[in-house]
Amino acid sequence: MSSQAATTSPGNISAMYQDSEADAHRRLGIAGYFACFKGIVWREILRYLHQRERFLSALVRPLIWLFIFAAGFRQTLGISIIPPYQTYVLYEEFIAPGLIAMILLFNAMQSSLSMVYDRETGTMRTLLVSPFPRSFLLLSKLLGGVCVALLQAYAFMLVAWFWGIEPPPITDVKLFTFYDPPTWAGGAIPAMTDPVTTQLFSVPGFIQPFAGYITVIPAIVLAGLMLGSLALLMSSVIKQLENFAGVMNFVIFPMFFASSALYPLWRIREASPALFEICRLNPFTYAVELIRFGLYGQVDTVSLAIVVGCTIVFLAAAVFAYNPSKGLIARRGGPGGAA
Amino acid sequence: MASTVTAEAEQTPALVVNGVSHSFGDRKVLDRVSLTVERGAFVVLLGLNGAGKSTLFSLITRLYDNVTGEISIRGFDVRRRPSQALQRLGVVFQSRTVDLDLTLMQNMKYHAALHGFAGREATRRAQQALELVGLADRANEKVRALSGGQVRRVEIARSMMHRPDLLLLDEATVGLDLGSRESVMKIVRDLVAKEQLGVLWATHLMDEVIRTDQVVILHKGVILYNGPVPQLLTLTGTSSVREAFRTVTGTKTTIDEAA
Repeated sequence: MSSQAATTSPGNISAMYQDSEADAHRRLGIAGYFACFKGIVWREILRYLHQRERFLSALVRPLIWLFIFAAGFRQTLGISIIPPYQTYVLYEEFIAPGLIAMILLFNAMQSSLSMVYDRETGTMRTLLVSPFPRSFLLLSKLLGGVCVALLQAYAFMLVAWFWGIEPPPITDVKLFTFYDPPTWAGGAIPAMTDPVTTQLFSVPGFIQPFAGYITVIPAIVLAGLMLGSLALLMSSVIKQLENFAGVMNFVIFPMFFASSALYPLWRIREASPALFEICRLNPFTYAVELIRFGLYGQVDTVSLAIVVGCTIVFLAAAVFAYNPSKGLIARRGGPGGAA
Repeated sequence: MASTVTAEAEQTPALVVNGVSHSFGDRKVLDRVSLTVERGAFVVLLGLNGAGKSTLFSLITRLYDNVTGEISIRGFDVRRRPSQALQRLGVVFQSRTVDLDLTLMQNMKYHAALHGFAGREATRRAQQALELVGLADRANEKVRALSGGQVRRVEIARSMMHRPDLLLLDEATVGLDLGSRESVMKIVRDLVAKEQLGVLWATHLMDEVIRTDQVVILHKGVILYNGPVPQLLTLTGTSSVREAFRTVTGTKTTIDEAA
């Protein structure tokens, strides 16, 4: 192929590896996509492992909630038997899925801010000059963030396990469907009077004791994708590197508190019907419920549908925002306002 | 250079920008900009901050699309065939784009992955590219341990890994001391001579221009001069690029002060 060997000298790269058109096609083929995906995900993980403070704060935050907040509220808040629970559960056990969702939320928002920062420092631009399609690059970055969130969630579940908070043994994986349409839907969506549970498959005996830790993975990944694509969308809209406090006050806190993370929805309805409706409009509620049911080996159909639907909408909007011809970056004038 | 590609394809310029205008809202940042970077040419894009250099770079790197005119890299239109165009493009951005906490090798392999290289192939290319900038022996150190000039050299190595035909450098020497600046410039100029690489070097530092370069003066979004250095000096009747720039743009202040 190459007839340049004669001109080889140390430091002359063209002679060392001559790219033919065929090579170029191959590296942008399936193997190339895979290499690119792996590279992006691996970088997210490497960066995360090097930021010890980030790891610690991601772990300490939910543990404070678990050990202090939940311990304090345990006496005042009784959790009645609501699906997926079949017995009375400790408040700690009730908020654990909410705290996992909180980890995902914080992780997503942090990575969104780091993307705004990346855009200013140029890291995002290096990603975007890759010859692979932009939607693929953004999705890979998103999945990299979800992998990091999954690591954090498992670190949290491990500590919780030492504390005695763990999902019960699971014999069957079930599909759970129940929907109570909101009053403002005006009867457009038919209500279900009783939950419908369908058995999907049974779990082999030796996995049963810790099956919850496995069945929760798809729920965490999906919830992470939804929050990640929301964050990605935000990163294209936020113009400058804003401080974390702003995002915390206007995104994280409202999303977290107006959801089923800390209290069951029926309790909220008793307290305030308006807040109840807000909680039901909050996609974060469904992320929490998806994880809650996932830990119990159940798939909550309604939450699944809403989480998947929201992911598609947020992701499409984010890809649109980063699209070079239509996107918000083009309209607004440069990355981080650079002219 | 002998090659299997036809002589005609060999002649295709590294970069062609033709009649490109761009506005942000009502503000016109680029006005009918045209320039060509031949293979093996070192083209200096001179302009004050805010002249439109970064916007032009954003358009070439397809951060956003050019609405008017044409931009093509080795004959591939960046808007219509972005994948082929971007495969032939290497960029060193003004701001730092490497991860300080990762090693040189980890950084290099990440960027190899962005171009679809993995495994041994990625390691080999990373190693060779680091040799090219004289940092191969530090491959397993963290980037944080390097000086500013060395980080720049890593970024040049990074942008050369996929063997591009066009290399864009946006104010690559900003913030470097004199010695580092010279070494960075020497590396890039050597690449131009050896690799048939076309380089577009954006700067506001007049002393980075040498007599054999092609100079493009961009001022307030308009190209005021495009041609060889000696001709610029003759045309303006000046003895240095700095004076010539001042004459052409009509700016009173010296460029370094303004920057």
